[in-house]
Amino acid sequence: MNIILSAVGGTVVLAIIAIIVGLFLAGIDRRIVAHMQARMGPPLTQPFTDVRKLFAKQSIVPANAIPWLFNLMPIVALASSIAVLLYLPFGSLAPILGDAGDMILVLYLLIVPSLALVIGGFASGSPYATIGAQREMVSMIAYELPLAVSVIIIAWRLMTANVADPFSFTTLMQTSVWDVVGPLGVIGLLILLILFAWITPGELSKVPFDTPEAETELAGGILVEYSGRNLGVFSLAQAVKTVAMIAFGVIILLPWNLSPVFGLTGAGAAVIDILFFFAKVIVVSIFSVTVIRTMMARFRITQVVKVYWFIFGGLGIAAIILLMLDAFLMGGI
Amino acid sequence: MAGNAPYIVPVGPIHPALKEPVHIELTVVGEEVISADFTPGQTHRGIEWMGLSRNPVQIVHLTDRICGICGVTHSLAFARAVEQIADITVPERGDYVRTIIAEFERIQSHLLWAGVAAHELGFDTLFYLAWRVREEAMDAIEVITGNRVNYDIIQIGGTRRDITEDQYVKIRKCLNTYKDLFAKLKKLFLEDAVIKSRCVGTGLLSFETAMAYSAVGPTSRASGVTADLRVDYPYCAYGDLDIKPVMPTIYGSDVNGDTYDRIVVRIFEIAQSIEIVETCLDNMPPGPALWEEKVAKILSTCKKASGEAVGRHEAPRGEAVHYVAMDGAEAPIAWKVKASSYSNLHVWPIILKGAQLADIPVIVASVDPCMSCTDRVAITDNGSTKIFTKEQLAKMSYEKSRRMMQ
Repeated sequence: MNIILSAVGGTVVLAIIAIIVGLFLAGIDRRIVAHMQARMGPPLTQPFTDVRKLFAKQSIVPANAIPWLFNLMPIVALASSIAVLLYLPFGSLAPILGDAGDMILVLYLLIVPSLALVIGGFASGSPYATIGAQREMVSMIAYELPLAVSVIIIAWRLMTANVADPFSFTTLMQTSVWDVVGPLGVIGLLILLILFAWITPGELSKVPFDTPEAETELAGGILVEYSGRNLGVFSLAQAVKTVAMIAFGVIILLPWNLSPVFGLTGAGAAVIDILFFFAKVIVVSIFSVTVIRTMMARFRITQVVKVYWFIFGGLGIAAIILLMLDAFLMGGI
Repeated sequence: MAGNAPYIVPVGPIHPALKEPVHIELTVVGEEVISADFTPGQTHRGIEWMGLSRNPVQIVHLTDRICGICGVTHSLAFARAVEQIADITVPERGDYVRTIIAEFERIQSHLLWAGVAAHELGFDTLFYLAWRVREEAMDAIEVITGNRVNYDIIQIGGTRRDITEDQYVKIRKCLNTYKDLFAKLKKLFLEDAVIKSRCVGTGLLSFETAMAYSAVGPTSRASGVTADLRVDYPYCAYGDLDIKPVMPTIYGSDVNGDTYDRIVVRIFEIAQSIEIVETCLDNMPPGPALWEEKVAKILSTCKKASGEAVGRHEAPRGEAVHYVAMDGAEAPIAWKVKASSYSNLHVWPIILKGAQLADIPVIVASVDPCMSCTDRVAITDNGSTKIFTKEQLAKMSYEKSRRMMQ
């Protein structure tokens, strides 16, 4: 009973923290983009105001939509985004659901919010949303390849270093992949860092990979028919998914904590680690979302596939080769 | 979408890609557009109708309101038509001032377009940069005319204001800033890998099609048509200048007639306009800028005039034509405006066919459409808008035709 209570309570607390952090991340993103474009930008709390306004507005269901599916999908998106967080360790805090799930499960769970968007888009019956949904499916196929490659090669490298249970997040918390590799491996991991920085905007549908939403040609794409509360829930899901996706990258590739540096233990360590963790999330978000979206134009959907499969797929293969060579030289194999 | 069944995607009149009153209907299969059609004329403002009850000096103010961006284009074309009918010779200095303001208009219009094109490509940083740079040109225009839009500087027989020595300094400062910025803007627009990959080979308009559909301005020049009114039929101060039409070959490429070529032509036209303004400032002849200061005398000369004439001007978007007929009365008996956008819009179905859906916004924007130039009626009477039915409009049209034939 106690375990269930703590799991439920933990989920609620985590969801609230993730929503707040996610919305602040959106605020920081907008502010920095504005600064880079020599504009003022909105206040940091603007995303909160936007969501509050959306919740106060009427939700319109289009005449030719499938209402139950149309109304259900925002909730599915939010629930699945929160579910990802339950498996992720934040700083030195163990995941709420412990070792019940591993990296492979998180990879699958990360697809669900996008799928909910796709189904919601198709259910709305709008031509713009339908084309947006088709594009979202294509871009999912595109970015999943380099994402899966990078996750699996890291687990493989840990395995060759005789780390037990390499897919588990508890293992990742205890063993940094940077500690087990040699110089070649460091180069390989740096390539994976670049790869992750470019997969994140694809996963989060940000410029240059925002083809499913493409404001100028599809008028908002998948979300075009969503309004009021439904759009508000999708905004929250997007905020939580931003935190989940970036946190996933941070856990895999930037796993360091501050508490060992200061020699802290107990509650102090947990607090400082979690603050440092979110600081890393913000920095990664600035580099992989904000900067990239400021300096680029939107790709065509065909270009998205080419970029992910050939350029980033190629980079992934280079990282695989480097990490395999590294394992061979370090005597792992 | 089932199988390969075509799908209709409507664009406009309310759509983020095209904030103009026009409806474009695209039939798409997957991401490819297999056919496109467009319906203009979503608004009609009746400026020509209003003009027929006003005298030419009043109409010059009205022409400024035809388009929000081409402030000089329409007033210059109209004034030139009236000047031909009334046999009025514009003083040389007036011609130079007209040229300077027309070229500034080209600079600001092309920069506005550049911003819109960047936004359509999803490159908002470049959009903000282009529009910020445009502010300098707007400031220069404000220094010269006193207004940022609807400049109202053209008068029958010259210009309402002269350019003084103090203004030279401010204008030159703006031009120098632009020279520095131009290299940056050119690099960002023409060397960006994504813009290149999105624009090269899309929205192809062949030389033959451009000729057949009578496309004008940068849209036609990008397809290899060497027509430029400023060179072919020099007017104002253009005859004194050594200018050549800007072709895509200026950037070392072949003439392809694609979206990229249209970007090249417009970007280099900005540079050309900067040079023209500089040359004009250096060679400004002395004397008055207006044929006659007294408006009453201008009016009396116009009243006596009878005949018909066509006033032409190479606007930023291409050739704009005003046909005016007068018969010795106060108001003209006929006034017809053909804006450059009207000639260019008809190439849309051709260049959109076969394009990827993602490229539609930038291809549509690449002809630089301006709907307010093509549509002209919305009569406001004491704050309330009169709505005419189709039958009423048709009846008014017949009445107008009968009156003109009398």
